[in-house]
Amino acid sequence: MQTYVIRRLLELIPALFAASILIFLMITLAPGDPVAMRLGTEATPAQIAAERTRLGLDQSLPVRYGIWLADVVRLDLGQSLYTNRPVTTLIAEAFPKTVQLALISLALSLLIGLPMGMLAALRQDRPTDTVITGLNALGLAIPNFWLGILMILFFSVQLRWLPPSGAGNADQGMVANLRYLVMPVLSIAVSNLSVFARFTRSALIDVLADDFIRTARAKGLAERVVINRHALKNALIPVVTIVGIQFGRLLGGAVVTESVFAFPGIGRLTVTAILNRDYPVVQAILLLVVLIFLVANVVVDLLYGYLDPRVHLGRAE
Amino acid sequence: MKLSQPVLPVTQPVSLRLRLLESQSVATTLRLLRNGKGAFGAAILLVFVIMAAVGPQLAPYDPIELHLEDQLAPPSAQYWFGADELGRDILSRILYGAGISLQAGLLAVVLAAVVGVATGVLAGYMGGWFDGLIMRIWDTLLAFPAIFLAIGIVSILGPGQLNAVLAVAVINMPTFARLVRATTLSVRNKDFVLAARATGASDRRIMFRTILPNCMAALMVQIAIAVPTAILIEATLAYLGLGSQPPEPSWGNMLQSAQGYLYQAPTYGIFPGLAITLMVIGMNYLADGLQDAIDPRRQRARAKMS
Repeated sequence: MQTYVIRRLLELIPALFAASILIFLMITLAPGDPVAMRLGTEATPAQIAAERTRLGLDQSLPVRYGIWLADVVRLDLGQSLYTNRPVTTLIAEAFPKTVQLALISLALSLLIGLPMGMLAALRQDRPTDTVITGLNALGLAIPNFWLGILMILFFSVQLRWLPPSGAGNADQGMVANLRYLVMPVLSIAVSNLSVFARFTRSALIDVLADDFIRTARAKGLAERVVINRHALKNALIPVVTIVGIQFGRLLGGAVVTESVFAFPGIGRLTVTAILNRDYPVVQAILLLVVLIFLVANVVVDLLYGYLDPRVHLGRAE
Repeated sequence: MKLSQPVLPVTQPVSLRLRLLESQSVATTLRLLRNGKGAFGAAILLVFVIMAAVGPQLAPYDPIELHLEDQLAPPSAQYWFGADELGRDILSRILYGAGISLQAGLLAVVLAAVVGVATGVLAGYMGGWFDGLIMRIWDTLLAFPAIFLAIGIVSILGPGQLNAVLAVAVINMPTFARLVRATTLSVRNKDFVLAARATGASDRRIMFRTILPNCMAALMVQIAIAVPTAILIEATLAYLGLGSQPPEPSWGNMLQSAQGYLYQAPTYGIFPGLAITLMVIGMNYLADGLQDAIDPRRQRARAKMS
């Protein structure tokens, strides 16, 4: 088990390496000259040349990549071209807010999505199932930014219950600040819970058709026991994998939702940075997101092996 | 084609299978339309296709014509869906938007399919370092959550409709490549491929005429799944200000403007979103129905259950 965990983590390194090259190239090849941007139009050619040397832009691409990577590994991500603040500070401010948003949304999606899917599977092809599958189809099709707008229309414009934007501030107190989270969390959760519900439904339907369920019923077990002990346990194993994939969607959902509600997290930072062509910030965020996404996938794999003893971790391959 | 070539017995399986595919596609279409979900999805999509085709003729106004005296007018006999912040007719803009969305979604997915299929079949057929290199590139792209990658690409290319289409195309390429590569690997050493090679068919002919037809069903399904997602992501990019730019009447950027006037004109924030949602629902149902139609076992397995 331990060697497997270590091997999986080591396997991340080439993937991260490839992603870092891609991100470096993306930003380096992007239009716009950072030197001209820093010095303005008044700079003399000599000043420009000096600044290029100072920033290391006169070196070859592989050398620049090496220097950049060494900085990244030391967590020196440079400064925002727009606010001149260190990128690490910007991320450190925004990241916890997004994590909060993402985790609450994930919990809510699981809490609602799993039971919804189970209920649909157990009432397959009956009205309950039709209603649930219909709702899920709607949840998957509705753009989360539009859902956000609809909620603002209803909860802020119509009922005046919730603030339409922002994240509150520390001296308003916990409860007041929670009000800022309600709509962003819901608008991220809806599409995710629909995915979970759908997946749980089909996984459970598959398991219920298996022979061991018929055996369990044949030996006279109560239906409740058959479902809880035998069916659910097996149906939830594949559901775990989808949680890992959804984690990326969750972060993606946060980008959009944060922009809808002017919520000061990573997503909003990303969009603002792109509109301002603030490349160091974009670069750092992309790296962070890839890291999280890859680690989430490893965690899911490990969890999968733990839940399903048939997956032999040590001898995988 | 058949006339110009000598008819060798060994080439027969190829043309036979092609003919079979044709009759299969007819049967699949029939099954699709008899399937409740498929028919429902096809009907919705048809409405939007008609909207895109004749919408510009039906639209009561020019979508970028300003009526400054009617800014944010509520829905009325004059403006059925109301007017926007510059007094442009929202209904007309939504009618035009159907074409923009459909074109963008289809273009992105077709582009993704062409590049993905070509690299996938090449990688699977050639194998070796070429396969390793190509698939590493696609795997690297898959390490990014889709929307982040799209945003990253647009940040380099700059905001705009065409760049958004390119970004959405790129994020879809790995899936197509992997799909086609997997099929290619599984049939590469089958008898009919070896037979084609024995007749002296060129590598290109083997890849695209002999192997590729085996991927068609899976490709159709993947395209059907990818288009609605592409439309959603493009609407999202437009909403964020990274896709098609005003005054272009795309549904995404209409919603971006609408958000600034929710208190004055609540209906402005409703109609464009309703259009996106309906279009995507229709396409999702169509994709679902198509999967059932292509693989009837999927449906029968479920029927057996109840």
